[in-house]
Amino acid sequence: MPKALFEARHLEFAYAKGPVVVRDVSLTSTPASLTAVIGANGSGKSTLIRMLAGLLRPRTGTILLDGVPLNDWRPRLRARQIAYVPQSTATAFPFPVLDVVLSGRTPHRPMFRFEGPHDSMRAVQALENAGAAHLAGRCFSSLSGGERQMVILARALAQEPRLLLLDEPSASLDLKHRADLIRTLGRLRDTNRLSVIMITHDLQLTGSFDQLLALRCGEVAAAGLPDEVLRNHILREVYGDPNVRAQRMGDQTLVWVDL
Amino acid sequence: MAQTITSHTLVLPAPSGVRVVKALAILTLVLIASIAVGLAVGRQPIDPAGLFSDSFSHTLFFRLRLPRVLMGLLIGASLAVTGGALQALFRNPLADPYTLGVSGGGALGASLAIALGWSARVAGIPLVFAASFAGAMLAVTLVRTIARTGAVVLPGALLLSGVAVNLISAAGVLTIQYLTDPTSALRILRWLIGSLDVVGLAPIRQMLWVLAPAWLALLAFSRQLNLLAIDEDTAATLGVNVRRTETIVHALCALIVGVTVSVGGAIGFVGLIVPHAVRLMFGEDLRIVLPGSLLLGAAFLILADALARTALPSSELPVGAITGLLGGPVFLWLLRRRQQYSAM
Repeated sequence: MPKALFEARHLEFAYAKGPVVVRDVSLTSTPASLTAVIGANGSGKSTLIRMLAGLLRPRTGTILLDGVPLNDWRPRLRARQIAYVPQSTATAFPFPVLDVVLSGRTPHRPMFRFEGPHDSMRAVQALENAGAAHLAGRCFSSLSGGERQMVILARALAQEPRLLLLDEPSASLDLKHRADLIRTLGRLRDTNRLSVIMITHDLQLTGSFDQLLALRCGEVAAAGLPDEVLRNHILREVYGDPNVRAQRMGDQTLVWVDL
Repeated sequence: MAQTITSHTLVLPAPSGVRVVKALAILTLVLIASIAVGLAVGRQPIDPAGLFSDSFSHTLFFRLRLPRVLMGLLIGASLAVTGGALQALFRNPLADPYTLGVSGGGALGASLAIALGWSARVAGIPLVFAASFAGAMLAVTLVRTIARTGAVVLPGALLLSGVAVNLISAAGVLTIQYLTDPTSALRILRWLIGSLDVVGLAPIRQMLWVLAPAWLALLAFSRQLNLLAIDEDTAATLGVNVRRTETIVHALCALIVGVTVSVGGAIGFVGLIVPHAVRLMFGEDLRIVLPGSLLLGAAFLILADALARTALPSSELPVGAITGLLGGPVFLWLLRRRQQYSAM
C-alpha cells in the first residue's frame, strides 16, 4: 500500500445557520493518482474540495497532508504542495494572461522579489501543458469561460504542486479540450507523479482514473475503481434518476440518461 | 520547396521586474518636474537669486511655498496609494478613500476633535490625527461589514454603503458646525473645503512621522494585494493570509487617510484617477501600481494645487475643486467602461 499523500477523515461541514452539507466524508489520495468526485448538483462536492484546499474549515474531521494537519502547514509551504482551480474565475481588472499564470510562482519566490526568467519559463511551460500557449499575449478578462479555465489550470500547474484540486475544470471546455485535459493530467501523473482530485459531471472522462468518489446529499454513496462505481444501480441512486444507464464499451464506460 | 514553420515564437511582455524600474524612474522624473513647477509658480514671483539675500523672498519661499508643495506631495501620495490598495483589496476599480466613505469618516472624526478643541499632542502626534483615524477606521469597517456577505464582496453594496457613510458623515459634520462656537465652526468650514495651506515645515514633519512608515508598510503588502486583485480564493491558495492582509491594509489605509484628511480636508478623486493612470501606463501589477501611485499622486496634487493657485487672476481656487472637476468625469468614464463587460 503506497503511503498517502493526502488524507481526509470523517469531514463534516455546515455553513453558518445552514444544514450540514458534507457528512462523514473520508478520502485518500496517494502520490501519482487521479481521483474524481462525482455527484448531483448541490451534493456537497464544491464544499468538500474547498475544505481540501484549505478555504473552508471542516466542523469536525481532519485533513492530513504528508501526515501533518493541513492547518499546521505554513500557507506558503502548503501552496507549494496543493494548487486549486475554482469553478470559475473573473477578474475586475484587465490582467494579462501571463501575469495571471506567473502569480502561480508566488510560493516559490522570496517575499520581496519579482519573478525571474526561470519563472517565466515555467509559466510558458504551464501554458503549453494546459493547451493555452496561444493565449499568452491576451488579456484575461477578454477570454471566454473555457479559455479562462485553461489559463487558471496553467496558473495551478505553474505552482508545481504535488496535489491538484480541480472544481469542474471541464465544464466549459469543448470536446477536444476535455480530452486534452484528461490526457495532460494522465501524463503529469505518470511523469511528475502529480496527484489530482477533480470534481466532474463528465463521467466518460473518468474511465482512466484511479478512483471515484460518488457523493449523495453530502455523504459518500460509493467509492472505488471506475468500474465499481460507474454502474447502473449506483449512478441511479447518486443522481436520483431511474433512467441513468452505464455501459462498458472497450476500455471506456458510456453513461447517458434515457429521455 | 515548401517551408513549414512549426515553432511559434511567443512575444512576451517584459516581466514586471523590468517594468517596475522603468516605471519608477519615469515617475520620479515627473515628480521632480512637478515639484519644480510647484515651487516656481505663484501669484508672488520669487527671484531664485534673491532667495538667501532677500528676507521677503526667503520667508515666502521657506515658510509658505515650499511647505505647501511638500503638503501636496504628502497628501497626493497618500490618497493615491490608498486608492490603489483599496481598489485591489475590494477588486473594484471604482473604490477610493472618497467613494468608500473613508475620507468622510475621517472628516467627521477630525471635526469632532476641532469642535472639542483638542489641540493637544501625544508624543508629538496631534490628537486630531487620532480622532480622524478613528473616524476613518470606523467608516472602512462599516463599509466592509455591510458589503461582505460570506466570501464575496458585493461591488454594488460596497459603493452604496460608501455613499451612505459619506452622507452620514457630512450630516454629522454639519451638526457639529451648528452646535459648536463660531470660531471652531469657521475653522471646520475652512478646513473642509480642502486646502494645502500650511505655514512652516513643522506640520510637514509631524505628518511625515506617521505617513512614511504607513506608506512603507502598505507597499510591503504589494504582492499580497496583487494576488488579491486577481482573485481572493486564488490568493488564499497561493499562501496569502487573506483576513490578516485585509485587516492590516484597512487599518493602514484608515491611518493614512485619517492623517491626510485631518490636515488637508477631504480632497476627492486623487485616489481614484491616479492608480488608473499608472495602470494605463505601466500595466496591472500592483507591485508597480502602488509605488507608482505614490509618485504620480504626489506629482498630480502638486500640479493641481499650482493650477488652483494661479487659475484665477485675483483669488485662489480650493485644490479640492480642481481634483473634483478633473476626477468626476474620469469616474463616470470608468463607470461606463465597466458596464460594458460586467454588471454592477
